[in-house]
Amino acid sequence: MSFDIASLFQLILPATGETLYMVVVSTLLAYLIGLPLGIILVVTSPGHIMPNPWVERTLGTVINILRSAPFIILLVALIPFTRSIIGTSIGTTAAIVPLVISAAPFVARMVESSLKEVPYGVIEAALSMGASPQQIIQKVLLPEAKASLILGVAITTISVIGYTAMAGTVGGGGLGDLAIQYGYNRFRTDIMVITVVILVVIVQIIQSLGTALARKLTH
Amino acid sequence: MIQIKKLVKKYSSRQGDVIALDNVSLNISPGSIYGIIGLSGAGKSTLVRCLNLLEKPTSGHVIVAGQDLPLLSSKELRQARQNIGMIFQHFYLLQSRTVAENIAFPLEIAGVSKKEISIRVKELLHLVGLEDKTDVYPAQLSGGQKQRVGIARALATKPQVLLCDEATSALDPQTTLSILNLLRDINQKLGLTIVMITHEMKVVKEICTDVAVIHEARIVENGPVESVFIKPQSDIAKQFISTVFPNELPADLLKELATHKDSEIVRIQFLGSRASDPIITDLLRNCDVRANILYGSIDHLRSTLFGTLTIELLGNSDQLKEAHRYLAARKLNVEVIHREL
Repeated sequence: MSFDIASLFQLILPATGETLYMVVVSTLLAYLIGLPLGIILVVTSPGHIMPNPWVERTLGTVINILRSAPFIILLVALIPFTRSIIGTSIGTTAAIVPLVISAAPFVARMVESSLKEVPYGVIEAALSMGASPQQIIQKVLLPEAKASLILGVAITTISVIGYTAMAGTVGGGGLGDLAIQYGYNRFRTDIMVITVVILVVIVQIIQSLGTALARKLTH
Repeated sequence: MIQIKKLVKKYSSRQGDVIALDNVSLNISPGSIYGIIGLSGAGKSTLVRCLNLLEKPTSGHVIVAGQDLPLLSSKELRQARQNIGMIFQHFYLLQSRTVAENIAFPLEIAGVSKKEISIRVKELLHLVGLEDKTDVYPAQLSGGQKQRVGIARALATKPQVLLCDEATSALDPQTTLSILNLLRDINQKLGLTIVMITHEMKVVKEICTDVAVIHEARIVENGPVESVFIKPQSDIAKQFISTVFPNELPADLLKELATHKDSEIVRIQFLGSRASDPIITDLLRNCDVRANILYGSIDHLRSTLFGTLTIELLGNSDQLKEAHRYLAARKLNVEVIHREL
């Protein structure tokens, strides 16, 4: 059994689309959850603007637990939860749920480390001017950490691409699944090579964009 | 303008409590430039940070412009802080904002309208002489320029008090002078009260009207700069003064002088117009003593002249007494360093 170029495209094009869909939506949602969590982790840490050991420790522990669960386990364990919010546990959209749950704590830690790069003196300067915690977050922490946050987005996005390869387990599709199904299980080296090349190109583009944008934002 | 009463600051650590400020009381009058000098670890930084409550005092009162800061709610405190500007050793400018945007920052926080902000920012850029750096980012500025931005930013909300935490310690001597001159101009133009923390007596000598010496968490000495410089009470104050007016004689010379009979070594200090009087000639004409000039210096203490003269007086004890009487009558501050009779 052999494939011509056209049927090859018919396999690869939708798979690329599925990967991009999962990556973009998951990363966006992961940031929607992870960004505020990262901010909370930083501002509630000891000696920061709203120190609160209880909140910091509890949140930190939950994040660590979620991050220590292997993604493939999370993917399966979350099936009932996914079904309850999406209506199904199978398909590309359903794969987004475990992807988000897995990426959000990662994002929270990325955001935390970016925000911690802002020298505390700058925050104190803002405090000395009478800035409120909200103003400090919006006008000092986030803008000052912008470049580092952007690099974090690139790193997160690339990690999520890696995770989507496992989405095939719940019928999520995508390039990683194609590589396993056709390239590995059916010994189709050509498909394997093409999917890997496409993944490499996507990763390169995201990293270059992130680096360039971060450089532009660094003054 | 600022009253500090029985201020105590303790830090608890596993090794036990560390007392950073031990019952500190100070009164800082409006329009003064108040220097607080101390060695590192003396508690001076903690003290200035208590003045806008960046550091929460353990107990005591910090009354700025009539408000006792530790008693305020967080909202009232934020309001009060807009009346207290602060500049830092490491400037702490926002790297993601241009010079103009940095200066606009406290105004944004205070909720000033965009139009008013742009007018005010222009005034401030002019005040600190950075009109040509409006749209430049801090990373491209020199240390002195960064501190000018810091000063403009601190003054944006027209505060009555400006706190300076080692504001010139990261700058070279030339730039330090230009920043100090700027601070003095601002003090005179705006009638602003300035509190300066420093470990450099040079800073105090240049611009301060009053000084407090802090040592091991306590204020050991304070008062108008002239009186502290002329009659320092504590050893630590004397040490600080000798860094700007070195008047120690070389040990070899002292040893040699000690062999002289009927002699004493005295240090005469004089301020202002006294500095231009022909003291030695008058002394020798009026008293029957001989004098040997060992060391002399004349410098500025803020804008007044401040001179030191170390001389050896030769004569018997009656003659020396007569010389002392003469100098005392001229209202000169005389200190006997060594006497051999």
